[in-house]
Amino acid sequence: MRAFAPIAAVVALLALVPLIAPSNAVLNFMVATLLIALVGQGWNLLGGYGGQYSFGQAAFFGTGAYATAILQVQYGVNAWLGFLLGIAAGAAIGAVIGALTFRAGLKGSYFALVTLAFAEVLRILASVAPITGAGVGILIKLDLRPEAFQFQSRAPFYWIILAFVGASLVLIRIIENSRFGAYLVALRENEDAAKALGVDTTRVKIAAMTLSAAITAAGGCFYAQYFLFLDAAIAYGPWVSVEALLAPIIGGIGTVFGPLLGALVVKTLGELTKLVTGSAPGLDLVIYGGVLVAVVAFAPGGIAGLLSTIRALVRRFVPERRHG
Amino acid sequence: MLSPVILFPAVLNGLMTGSVYALVALGLTLIYGVLHIINFAHGALLTAAMFAAFFCCTLLGLDPYLAAVGLTPLFFGLGYALQRFIIGPAAHGEDRNALLVTLGLAVVIENALLYAFRADTRTLNVPYAFSVVEIGPAVVAVPRLVAFAVVIVLALVLWLVLRATDTGKAIRAVASEKLGAELSGIDVAHVYAVTFGLGTACLAVAACLLIPSYYVNPTAGNAFVLIAFTIVVLGGMGSIAGALIAGLFVGVVESLSGLYLGESLGQIGIFVIFILVLLLRPSGLFGEQT
Repeated sequence: MRAFAPIAAVVALLALVPLIAPSNAVLNFMVATLLIALVGQGWNLLGGYGGQYSFGQAAFFGTGAYATAILQVQYGVNAWLGFLLGIAAGAAIGAVIGALTFRAGLKGSYFALVTLAFAEVLRILASVAPITGAGVGILIKLDLRPEAFQFQSRAPFYWIILAFVGASLVLIRIIENSRFGAYLVALRENEDAAKALGVDTTRVKIAAMTLSAAITAAGGCFYAQYFLFLDAAIAYGPWVSVEALLAPIIGGIGTVFGPLLGALVVKTLGELTKLVTGSAPGLDLVIYGGVLVAVVAFAPGGIAGLLSTIRALVRRFVPERRHG
Repeated sequence: MLSPVILFPAVLNGLMTGSVYALVALGLTLIYGVLHIINFAHGALLTAAMFAAFFCCTLLGLDPYLAAVGLTPLFFGLGYALQRFIIGPAAHGEDRNALLVTLGLAVVIENALLYAFRADTRTLNVPYAFSVVEIGPAVVAVPRLVAFAVVIVLALVLWLVLRATDTGKAIRAVASEKLGAELSGIDVAHVYAVTFGLGTACLAVAACLLIPSYYVNPTAGNAFVLIAFTIVVLGGMGSIAGALIAGLFVGVVESLSGLYLGESLGQIGIFVIFILVLLLRPSGLFGEQT
């Protein structure tokens, strides 16, 4: 149980936010942050633990979002059911792309490219297919009832996305301590060695990609419910893919709390830039890109890595003083 | 539908478009062939070059083709510096990191351009933008014909440089056996940076060829990037001849599928090729085994 105590503490603390600061501005900011943390956690499972850097996480986000929206608008499916089916649709796309790419033996640059290409193909298809509303986009009817997964205030939305983030933290912690997690890390460190020890690396990677896609798709489904509007550039836009990898890398790649930490830092930085520069477009993203480069260059473990370095330093420093 | 009067101009126009694609892809394939990384900043650097070409014309009154003479060495230097001082040191020798660093650079460059020049789309008015020549049943714009010729010549020059000069030999040595090259006294970090510079210089030329007949805005270069990726993969990562042939081929495919399927679905034809090649023959049609 000790492994889950920090998760429980963090989630409990975050759950208090709407009670302390119920303003829409704060909740919008926190919802956006948790959304990126969730989407990033999907990337983290495959990229952080498995070492397979996906540059097309938007493929899963968009599929989840569109599935939720289309099922409701076109087929009158209940929003909660639509949400679950959206996650399933994202996972299915992940399984298909994973099976195709990993069976073909793609990795590194090739894997990054092909995931990017899949997201782009889906974006173009969504921008012309009639079922997605093509260029106009798709609008979910306003229906402010909890049964329709819509709420009068922001707070319930916040608690729901927080619940998803909490669930993803628990899931990643379970995977971390499982045989499956050990296989993933093994193939990240040395795929040939893992294979030689009898790990079915292709199967492990496909499973990881399916789970990764499901987590990211949950973020997409939530997006559709929260904003009630989608178009191809939002759902399958390259920005989703970039933010999905930005958060875990800045926070600490291959760590449970990395994506959440990274999302908090990234969003805070973004807001601060907006405060300083006004509404000039672009500057916040310049800073994101700069931070990404700086983290890769100077702090490959991200913030989590920096924290543990500091902790190690303190630990080395404190006993020395005692003896001295 | 299949009458040669329609087909011939479509194929010819495809070849013209394809030549510029090929040039963009040439830079990408060169960098991949030597450094073994995909340069995700390629599109953003192309956009930067297009802005540079645009402002050379509007502010300095230079002809775009003349501007290429100055911009090419400038972008060579920019590419050299990026690899030598940012990408190389930041990657710590890990390909995965290099991918992330180039992605980060792409975000920085693209949004710095957005911040500086806003999302406005700009076009250049040169006197010869609309002059055309007739080739058989086809009418071809002069700037596109010039672009085609320049690209073919440039690809030949690049190929010769790699074959015949000492720097070229060093680049090929590093590409095929990095450790061996290092042991025989080649400065690998320098060769990496030179290669990155050459790849970036290709973009400066491409930008100057594009600007008389194309538009520029902060995302203009992105339109070329996935197409360039497709060409690089199709032609075999690292192969110059492959990039040239695949570039022309993709230009024709785009032109023909645009003719039969419409503009936006025409693009899908390219991505389908891309994914199929990656899945079925990742080494490309002309590439060596990976």
